[in-house]
Amino acid sequence: MSNIKPGQKLASSVCSTEVMVIKAPTAGLLCCGGVEMVAAGSEPASGEKDDALMGGCQIGKRYVNEDQSLEVLCVKAGEGSLSVDGAALTIKEANKIPSTD
Amino acid sequence: MNISLFLSMTAEACPDRQALTCDGKTYTYGQLFNAAKAAAVTFRESGCEYVALLDTSSPAIPITLFGAALAGIPYVPLNYRLAREQLDELFARIDPAYLVVDGEIADQWSKSARSCVTRQQFLSDTLSASEMAFEASEDPSAIAVQLFTSGTTGAPKAAILRNEHLVSYILGSIEFMSADEDDATLVSVPPYHIAGISAIMSSIYACRRIVQLPNFSPEEWISLCTGEAVTNVFVVPTMLTRIVQYIDESGMDVSHLGRLDAIAYGGGKMPLPVIESALADFPEVAFTNAYGLTETSSTITVLSPEDHRTAMASNDPGVRARLGSVGRPLPAVEIEIRDEDGQPLKPNVPGEIFVRGPQVSGEYRERSAILADGWFPTRDAGHLDEEGYLFLSGRADDVIVRGGENISPAEIEDLLMANPAVVDCAAVAMPSEEWGEAVALAIQIRDGAELDEDQIRLTIREKLRSSRVPEVIRFVDELPYNETGKLLRRVVKEWFS
Repeated sequence: MSNIKPGQKLASSVCSTEVMVIKAPTAGLLCCGGVEMVAAGSEPASGEKDDALMGGCQIGKRYVNEDQSLEVLCVKAGEGSLSVDGAALTIKEANKIPSTD
Repeated sequence: MNISLFLSMTAEACPDRQALTCDGKTYTYGQLFNAAKAAAVTFRESGCEYVALLDTSSPAIPITLFGAALAGIPYVPLNYRLAREQLDELFARIDPAYLVVDGEIADQWSKSARSCVTRQQFLSDTLSASEMAFEASEDPSAIAVQLFTSGTTGAPKAAILRNEHLVSYILGSIEFMSADEDDATLVSVPPYHIAGISAIMSSIYACRRIVQLPNFSPEEWISLCTGEAVTNVFVVPTMLTRIVQYIDESGMDVSHLGRLDAIAYGGGKMPLPVIESALADFPEVAFTNAYGLTETSSTITVLSPEDHRTAMASNDPGVRARLGSVGRPLPAVEIEIRDEDGQPLKPNVPGEIFVRGPQVSGEYRERSAILADGWFPTRDAGHLDEEGYLFLSGRADDVIVRGGENISPAEIEDLLMANPAVVDCAAVAMPSEEWGEAVALAIQIRDGAELDEDQIRLTIREKLRSSRVPEVIRFVDELPYNETGKLLRRVVKEWFS
């Protein structure tokens, strides 16, 4: 099963977290709190949250998998943490570019 | 994916924080986002296919920009300085449009668009709308912004920027909420310029309060910097030239201009003497040079404050020269210099600048200019040095081809501009029976200074070479520029044809 497509907005099934997919591999199941995320605005998926996966998501942070083939932006904060196919996502390092606008 | 995300995220994270100040009035992120949603409803109900803005800087800019994006309708800010006939042609290309226009000129334009509202009415309606929800259309390939190029070489082209390009640019260069609560940026570029659009998007995403300056003048710029405790500014070269001139003439000490700590500049080639004066006038300020095009969603290369300091302090001519460069590409952007046959060139060899990356649209309504290999030919000429610093030398079309030899106008102009007697100059091609093309020079000399044709020719012959010596020299009172400070070479060329 796969639920990731670049440009798509996904919502958590267990908390208020919402993410936008920036970059994605061809397939993968993105979860929040251990339960699959769904297209924003649709019914949450069934499943019990995993208390070990409730570290939280911060708005404005970008999250990546280990080889950085998946990158998502948290657009709404929540209590769940993100994982893809069972592997936890981590916060991507911040841009250090001086403002040019 | 939708650019309205920048505003929806800040409104979610800090709805009551100050977002924008114009004419002494301040608006919060929450207010702007709610107004944008109300605008989106209005735009959708109107049945329009474009949202147009004909106005100077005002709070209507973020509301129309993000309102149109939420509704999934292209946003087209128009240049209010264009002549009636030119604007009529543009309106014909964006029919049916919903037009937001400055009330003082509304009567003239009310029939140009399918629906028309004054900015004053629009602001009062949208800012007073009750709280509402609005689901944005999330199509990454939907057109967010359509900008008519300035048309310095022909009819304006309709450059299009899709959500995916602008989102890539902002996420690739700005960190969310990275500004301090009392930071403020002074926006003095007009809303129909790509730098005006990117200033709004990046300031909102960084949560840096926007202070709008609708009509630029050095006095007003300095007064707002101080009065609004501005920390960041962006200026085009003509603005910085005028600011430096004003400071020199008035003899004022601006080393501590309010809280100003960062000046970014771009949008044209900055004369070296101007940036050197500015660095001396503002010793405490961090300078950043940015190079970008409408078709690349704004900035693609950056010369950082660190680069400026290193170049200023260096005795190595190669490092020192970087003060005149536009820096290195953003992390997600690739730059290549190619010759006329499309072959990549080695460092220090001049050619045409090509760019590739997720923020590069390279697309017009009529056609895409992206090549099969994914690269966009900018039509700008330049070279890279060994460490990847990019130097611009003008438009590829501006190169003077004299007897098969390519001459960049910048070589001649940079040399002459270093002479304090020279205010401004432009080298262009003129027809020549002997050489095909020859160099013609238009030059503006400082009042009271003395510099004659022979001295100019001698300098060029000695410092460059004889092929660069102008065939004809014309002394002028000023050179023609468009309102965003782009030299109109086409007009200069006509003087010599």
